[in-house]
Amino acid sequence: MAPISIDAAALLTSVQSIVPEIIVVATAIFVLLLDLAISEEKKHLLCGMGLLGIGVALFSVYALGQGRIEGFSGMIVHDGMGAFFDVVILSACALTFLMATGYSEWEGTHKGEFYSLILLSTSGMMFMAKGTDLMTVFLGLETLSIPIYVLVGFHRNRMSSLEGALKYFLLGAFASGFLLYGIALIYAVTGTTKIPVLATMLYDPRILASPLFLAGTGLLLVGFAFKVSLVPFHMWTPDAYEGAPTVVTAFMSAAVKAAAFAALIRVLLVALPGMQPVLWKVLWGLAVLTMTVGNLSALVQNNVKRLLAYSSIAHAGYILVGLVSGDVLGGQASLFYLLVYAFMNMGAFGVVMLIAQKEDEGYDIANLAGIGFKYPALGALLTLFLISLGGIPPTAGFVGKFYLFSAAVKNGYIWLAVIGVLNSAASIYYYLRMVVYMYMVTPDVEVAVPRPPRILFSMALCASAVVVVVLGIIPRSVLEIAERSVLSLLM
Amino acid sequence: MEPILFIVFGAIAVGGAIMVVTRRHPMSSALFLILTLFAVAALFVLRQAHFLAAIQVIVYAGAVVVLFIFVIMLINVPENKLPLERLTGFRFLGIMVAGLFILEAALVARRFATPGTPTADSGSVEAVGRALFTDYLLAFEVTSVLLLAAVIGAIALAKKRI
Repeated sequence: MAPISIDAAALLTSVQSIVPEIIVVATAIFVLLLDLAISEEKKHLLCGMGLLGIGVALFSVYALGQGRIEGFSGMIVHDGMGAFFDVVILSACALTFLMATGYSEWEGTHKGEFYSLILLSTSGMMFMAKGTDLMTVFLGLETLSIPIYVLVGFHRNRMSSLEGALKYFLLGAFASGFLLYGIALIYAVTGTTKIPVLATMLYDPRILASPLFLAGTGLLLVGFAFKVSLVPFHMWTPDAYEGAPTVVTAFMSAAVKAAAFAALIRVLLVALPGMQPVLWKVLWGLAVLTMTVGNLSALVQNNVKRLLAYSSIAHAGYILVGLVSGDVLGGQASLFYLLVYAFMNMGAFGVVMLIAQKEDEGYDIANLAGIGFKYPALGALLTLFLISLGGIPPTAGFVGKFYLFSAAVKNGYIWLAVIGVLNSAASIYYYLRMVVYMYMVTPDVEVAVPRPPRILFSMALCASAVVVVVLGIIPRSVLEIAERSVLSLLM
Repeated sequence: MEPILFIVFGAIAVGGAIMVVTRRHPMSSALFLILTLFAVAALFVLRQAHFLAAIQVIVYAGAVVVLFIFVIMLINVPENKLPLERLTGFRFLGIMVAGLFILEAALVARRFATPGTPTADSGSVEAVGRALFTDYLLAFEVTSVLLLAAVIGAIALAKKRI
C-alpha cells in the first residue's frame, strides 16, 4: 500500500476543532502532576489551576465562535451546537470546582485525583456533544462515565456511596452495551456510523423499514435514555445521586444530562428526521412517563438529595418534550432549558450542601426547619432556585418551561403540553414544601448551623442566582443563540 | 470448504457458550469460555478479519479470561459449598425470552441481512492500522484519554491512603 501522506492544513483544522477539549485534558494531566509536587497545605492550588484551565477553555470556545469547523474526517465538528454545549458543560464544571473548594475541606476529598477526574469527565462530555460520528459519541460517553462511576464512590468508607457507585457502574455498563449494540446494528444496515451520512441513507425506504435498523435505533435510544435517566431507565438515579458526594451529584445532574442530551439532539435532528413519523410516539410516551413518575415519586421523599434526584428525572421529561416534534423551535427550547437547568439545579445543590452538616444525616428535609429566618441569604437563595425549578415567574425556569410547552402546542402536541403543565403544577407542591420547612416550621431541636461558605463557594451560588434571575427577565439573546445553535445543525 | 469450517467452528462456539452457563463449577465455565472465544476467533479468520482474530485470542482468551481465573482461584469456593441451581420461575422466563430472541434474530438474519463480501486484505493488520491512524485518529486519541481516566479512577478507588 502507498505510504500515508499527511495533509498539514487538514490536520491544523482538525486540531482547531478540538482546542477546548485539548485544553481541558491538558489541565487534567497538569493538575494530576502538580498534586505530586506540592505540599499538603497548598492543595487548594489544584482547584485554582483547574479553574484557570476551564477559563482558558471557555475563552477558546469564545474565540472559535459559532462557525463550523469540521475535523478528523468528519468524526467531530465545532459548530454552534457544539459551542453552546461546550459553554454549558464548562460552566457546570467551573461551578463544581468553585463548590469543591469548601466541600473538599469538610469531607477530606482534597485530592488531585478528584479534580483531574472531573476534568477528564468534562472532556468526555465535550467530545460527546461535538461528535458527528457515533464512534465519537460512544467514546465520549465512556470517557465521561468512567470518572463519574469513580467519583460517585469517592467516599470509600461510606456504604451508601459505594452502593450508589456499584449500582451506577453495573447498570451503566449494560447501558453502554445497549448503545454499542445499537450502533453496530445501524452500521450493519447502513455501512456507516457518520451521523450526517446516516441522514442521507434514510431517504431509502428499504433501510427505513429494515427491522435491523429499527432495532438499532431502539437500542441507541435505550442507551441515551439511561444516561439522561428517562423512565423506565431511571432506577439507578436516586441511589447514585444520594450516595455520591454532593458536589459530584450536582455535577452529574447538570453536566452529564447536558452532554447526553446534546448527543441525543444531534442524532434525532440530524440523523433521524426520516424516522420522525415513528419516533415521536416513542418520545411522547417516554416524556409523559418520565415527567409523571419523576414528579409523583418526588412528592413522597423526605431526603432532600433523593427529592432533587427525582426532580431531575422529571426535568429530563420536560426537556424531552422539546424533542418530540424534532423541529427547530423545540430544539431551541430544550437547549435553553438545559442551560438554565444546569445553573438552577447546581445552585440548589450548593445551598443544600451548606445546610447539611454531615454527609449522611444532614439531608433530611426536617433539617431545613427554621433556616429561612435565621440565615436569610441562604433561605432566599434556596427559595429562588426552588421556585425556578418549579417554573414560577420571574425566574429562568418559568421561561424555559414556557418555551418547551409552547413549542409542543405549536407543533400540535396539545395533550403533551397539558400533561407537562399538570406535572409542573404537581411539582410545585414538593418544591414549596421545602420552602415551607425553611420559613414556617419551627425546628424540634435547634436550627441547623450551616457551614460557613468559602468566598469561591459564595461566588458560585451568586453567579447561579444571577443567571437564573437575568435569564428569567431578559432571555431573548440566549434564546437567539440557542436558535442559531439548532439551525447550525441543520445546515 | 468454507461453509464446512463455518459450521464446525460455529457449533463449537455455541456449544461452548451453552457449557459456560450450565457448568456448576466456575472454573469449568471459565475454561469453556476460552473455547468459545477461540472458536469465534476462527470465525473471524473465515471472514478475513485476521487482525480481529489475533486480538480476540490475545485480549479475550489471553488476558480477560486469565483475570477471571485468577479471581476464581482467589475466592476459592470449595466444591460442596457451590450453590445448587434450580429451574425457578425467573430462569424459566429467561429461557423463554432467550428462545424468542433467537427465533427473531434468525428470522431477521434470513430475510433482511445482506452480508457484504470482505476483500482479501480489509481485515489485515495493515488495513486496520491505516484506518486507525487516518480516518479514526480522533477515536484512537479519545481512547487514550479514556484509558487514562480509567487508570486514575482505579488507583483513586483502590489505593490504601489517598
